[in-house]
Amino acid sequence: MTYFIARRLAIGLLTIWGVVTAVFIVVRLAPGDQATVALGPDASAEEIETLRAALGLDRPLVLQYLSYLGDVVRFDFGESYRFGRPAMDQVLERFPATVELTLAATVIAIIAGLILGVLAGKKPGSVLDRAVSTFTLGLQALPPFWVGIMFILIFALQLQVLPSAGGGSLSNLVLPAVTLSIPFTALVARMTRSGVVETMSEAFVQTARSKGLTETQVLTGHVVKNSLIPVVTVVGLQVGTLLGGAVIIETVFAWPGLGSLLVSAVGNRDYAVVQAATVLIALCVIVLNLAADIVNAKLDPRIRLEARR
Amino acid sequence: MTQSDILLTEAPGPVAPPVRRRRRRPLAAIPYVIIGIYLLAAAIGPFLIDYDPVATEVTERLLPPGSATESGTAWLGTDAVGRDVLAQVVYGARTSFIIGIAVVTVCCLIGVALGAIAGYSGGLPDAAISRTIDILMAFPGILLAIVIAGLLERGMHVVIIALSVGGWVGFARLSRSITMSTRERDWVDAARIMGVSRSGTLTRHIVPFLAGSVVALATIELASAVLSEAALSFLGLGLPPHIVSWGQAIAGGREHLGTAWWITVFPGIALTILVICIGLVGDRLTRRFTRKRD
Repeated sequence: MTYFIARRLAIGLLTIWGVVTAVFIVVRLAPGDQATVALGPDASAEEIETLRAALGLDRPLVLQYLSYLGDVVRFDFGESYRFGRPAMDQVLERFPATVELTLAATVIAIIAGLILGVLAGKKPGSVLDRAVSTFTLGLQALPPFWVGIMFILIFALQLQVLPSAGGGSLSNLVLPAVTLSIPFTALVARMTRSGVVETMSEAFVQTARSKGLTETQVLTGHVVKNSLIPVVTVVGLQVGTLLGGAVIIETVFAWPGLGSLLVSAVGNRDYAVVQAATVLIALCVIVLNLAADIVNAKLDPRIRLEARR
Repeated sequence: MTQSDILLTEAPGPVAPPVRRRRRRPLAAIPYVIIGIYLLAAAIGPFLIDYDPVATEVTERLLPPGSATESGTAWLGTDAVGRDVLAQVVYGARTSFIIGIAVVTVCCLIGVALGAIAGYSGGLPDAAISRTIDILMAFPGILLAIVIAGLLERGMHVVIIALSVGGWVGFARLSRSITMSTRERDWVDAARIMGVSRSGTLTRHIVPFLAGSVVALATIELASAVLSEAALSFLGLGLPPHIVSWGQAIAGGREHLGTAWWITVFPGIALTILVICIGLVGDRLTRRFTRKRD
């Protein structure tokens, strides 16, 4: 188990290094460096040179890279030229809103997905099963950002029951959370369905039935419980995709989170914020993946053994 | 069906004897027909419909679907600067296909090559490729694409690169696992003993067995590439403004959502139907090429 965790941790660190390096390369390849962007189009060549020297951009690339790695380790990403304050502060300030949104979406996805999955899985091949399976396939294919706009059109503009943008209150949370949960509802439903189908053929389900339990009791008491664990761990492993989706959904609903900050930072070439945000997202993904992996390995010895090979 | 479903299954053996066909379902052809229509529209539509992405017709702004314009009837209405929405849908289809197919081709070539090498040679190459896969698996691909497409110079090739950076991983994982089990088959041993070169063994005796599963995965990846491209253009990243795309059209209509819904709704429907149909085909292919049936 220790070996397993150590291995996962090493991969996590490698991932952060990979992300940091990739962003470094992209920023260096981008037209216009930090100095040109910060000073705007009216700056003289001399001013730009001075700022470049101050930021250390005139040094050889290798040195820049090493000092950048050092900064990352100290969690220092420099100042955001747009906000005039440390980029990491700016990013951390937006972080809770993203956590709120992704948590809400996860809860919705698990509840809706479980219901759909059990409905489909309790009688494989039935009309209901095929209907639910087609429905979840459709859910998976829906472009989330477009669905978000359609929600705004229907619920905010036509029915005027929910606000279309902004954050803060619960009513603001509903539309973005539901939109973000759609692909995950589909995922959870599919996983639950196959889990339920598999569990239904187990001997203990036969026993439960022969004890005289009703079909509902068998389902809730024996089947669902046993198919729940893999669902929860897979949701933990999908957190990266969830955060990726949140970036787009936050922009649609002007949700004041990390994602909308990242998109506007990319659009404005605010490199410091881009770097801080990507590293924070990578950290979240890795920590949560690690947690999910550990839970999974605790529950299933086969995974531990697999890792050893 | 997701790519992990493909990965879970065993490597395909030699072509199996045809299984008893299930009763034909005429409805099953629908997704193929719809994708065919899209392809046709993307290929010849631009020759039939004139469209200037930078032209503005102030007098023909925000016309509802079916309105008569100078150049004919705007069946799907016009947008905020008087451009025809139907033309945007048709030209957008072309952009989606070009980018989607290019991304899948690049990802497929890189992924299959690296996966086959990793699975066949094992050792150091395998370790290096597998760790790269681990890294890319952990970080959400769309975020990488947003950063790359947003910071680099605009252009179609940049979007293709941005979406390919994370996209090849699925192909590599799939090819690696199938190669690892195919490597142990008798005919591969025989080829080795007969002195066939390494690359010859790989291309002649192993890669053909990847084909089915790779085609199934490629279909699923095509759907997600089309979706991601639309998401990027929706955010205003990557594509230059003169290239028409659905994402861009959807974003353009947001400001006029209350008064001119058609600008946003029609490109979105076009995108959704295409992605659902590709997904249905991919689902079916996956089920055919992996023995697992649910």
